[in-house]
Amino acid sequence: MSVDEPTVRKIARLARIGIADDDVAPLAGELSAILGWIEQLGEVDTAGVAPMTAVIPNHLAWRVDQVTDGDVQGKVLANAPDATSGFFAVPKVIE
Amino acid sequence: MTALTDLTIAGMKAGLAARDFSAVELADAHLAAMEAARGLNAFIVETPDIARAQAAVADAALARGDARPLAGIPLGIKDLFCTEGVQTTAGSKILQGFIPQYESTVSGKLLADGAVMLGKLNMDEFAMGSSNETSAYGRVISPWKAGDSNRELVPGGSSGGSASAVAARIAAGATGTDTGGSIRQPAAFVGISGIKPTYGRCSRWGVVAFASSLDQAGPMARSVADCALMLTSMCGYDAKDSTSLNVPVPDFAAGLTGDMRGRRIGIPREYRLDGMDPGIIALWEQGIAWMKDAGAEIVEVSLPHTKYALPAYYIIAPAEASSNLARYDGVRYGLRVTPPGGNLADMYAATRAAGFGAEVKRRIMIGTYVLSAGFYDAYYTQAQKVRTLIARDFERAWEQCDLLLTPTAPSAAFAFGDKADPLEMYLNDVFTVPSSLAGLPAMSVPAGLSADGLPLGLQIIGRPLDEAGVLDAGLAIERAAGFTARPGR
Repeated sequence: MSVDEPTVRKIARLARIGIADDDVAPLAGELSAILGWIEQLGEVDTAGVAPMTAVIPNHLAWRVDQVTDGDVQGKVLANAPDATSGFFAVPKVIE
Repeated sequence: MTALTDLTIAGMKAGLAARDFSAVELADAHLAAMEAARGLNAFIVETPDIARAQAAVADAALARGDARPLAGIPLGIKDLFCTEGVQTTAGSKILQGFIPQYESTVSGKLLADGAVMLGKLNMDEFAMGSSNETSAYGRVISPWKAGDSNRELVPGGSSGGSASAVAARIAAGATGTDTGGSIRQPAAFVGISGIKPTYGRCSRWGVVAFASSLDQAGPMARSVADCALMLTSMCGYDAKDSTSLNVPVPDFAAGLTGDMRGRRIGIPREYRLDGMDPGIIALWEQGIAWMKDAGAEIVEVSLPHTKYALPAYYIIAPAEASSNLARYDGVRYGLRVTPPGGNLADMYAATRAAGFGAEVKRRIMIGTYVLSAGFYDAYYTQAQKVRTLIARDFERAWEQCDLLLTPTAPSAAFAFGDKADPLEMYLNDVFTVPSSLAGLPAMSVPAGLSADGLPLGLQIIGRPLDEAGVLDAGLAIERAAGFTARPGR
């Protein structure tokens, strides 16, 4: 599978990663080489094989539905680039 | 007397118990070694004050006679583990300055058992790399050199800081994490031991996530017994990790015998690659001979889907990474870059462009692509089906044998820049990725030297939860190999 430049821009947008115009062509080449190598998986006959969901059989543990932590607003906000009035602050989204 | 930094963990425990030296003296010796070896760039953050304070606590416990199993043992903690109050970056610029408000379960268990933290160890960014060249804090250098060459060598990755620090006698042991070989390959490259336990043995809580269905913590140390000591402290059920296994944790060190009599060792024929390095083949054959001498029965087995493990891994791991790393958006923690006049979406894109390195971006984009509409079944679902087949290969092998013996890596450590092509770098994990995909315990033990004097490792893979069997085989190899070579710097 060859990844063209519009596809690179689309993936970058979906991944929310800004890319410079100069980086689009090299990325298309690198991603094409990696995806081309991955293509060989298509030759494996997987008819009737279930996709793996858990590598070691395990079942999710249940617990009592009760509050076990909280009341740590200061800790939650401690690493925020911008915290205002007890909230995470972000650039304006509504004009 | 042997230098304090040359002792194994077991030797340190004995010396501390006999009061031959104090935990503070032991910590100071390692802190001095850390300072002297700064050129290796093994640590991102050094924590000498914390180390001395913890050592003093250990000395008090030793004096009272109620010391915990790792009291006073100086360890390095890979920067993927959140450490309360100490910067944790996962080797990424996007987490520069991030100070966790809590301690990861695994590092917390080590500290609760009396361990002393020397600092946070450098690593490939978000554990994505096999050479430590992707760290945002500079590459880690191996203390080893090849023959007469003066070229600087990679310590392997992603736990390269852990490998370099333990090999250079800066730390007695270190935590590592292994997603596709990140404990075993660096351990092999620097001539130390390292074990990745069964998926679910060690809690992932507080470990910065890369590929959640594969990530496992494990110890790296200079002997198999030391790995066993650390592993016992690191394992255990944790309600905070939904994939944590609620099974008893044996005392791995106490149970260690190295007895191979009656054990069947499988040799997977698909691991003999075309054009494989003759030195690696010779080492493997030597390992087989050692196992026979130790009383094991050798069985040839087949793992027919081996060649598809790497391509399946490079769909599954990036897919999970693209989802896990979506959290780095400049809102709650870490770097934020807002272009002048930019809106929220512009901030996301600019933050992630500036905060992630090239390899991380590449993998997030591959993951985003294989999960996108129209490609999901062809790539991701197919890879998960192939993963089922790979796990089934191992299940069939266990009908014929108890353990598998393979080389750890297809080569010795290489020099910086020698594998500039991402694909060529990925192929270095060819022997470690299949057991990761199957969630199996696996360890690397130093077994010999390459023609130009660099360490080579052998890998032992075991059944789910048979860390004890893996460690026993590791000990048998360690005894037979008598590996005493040490790096020059």
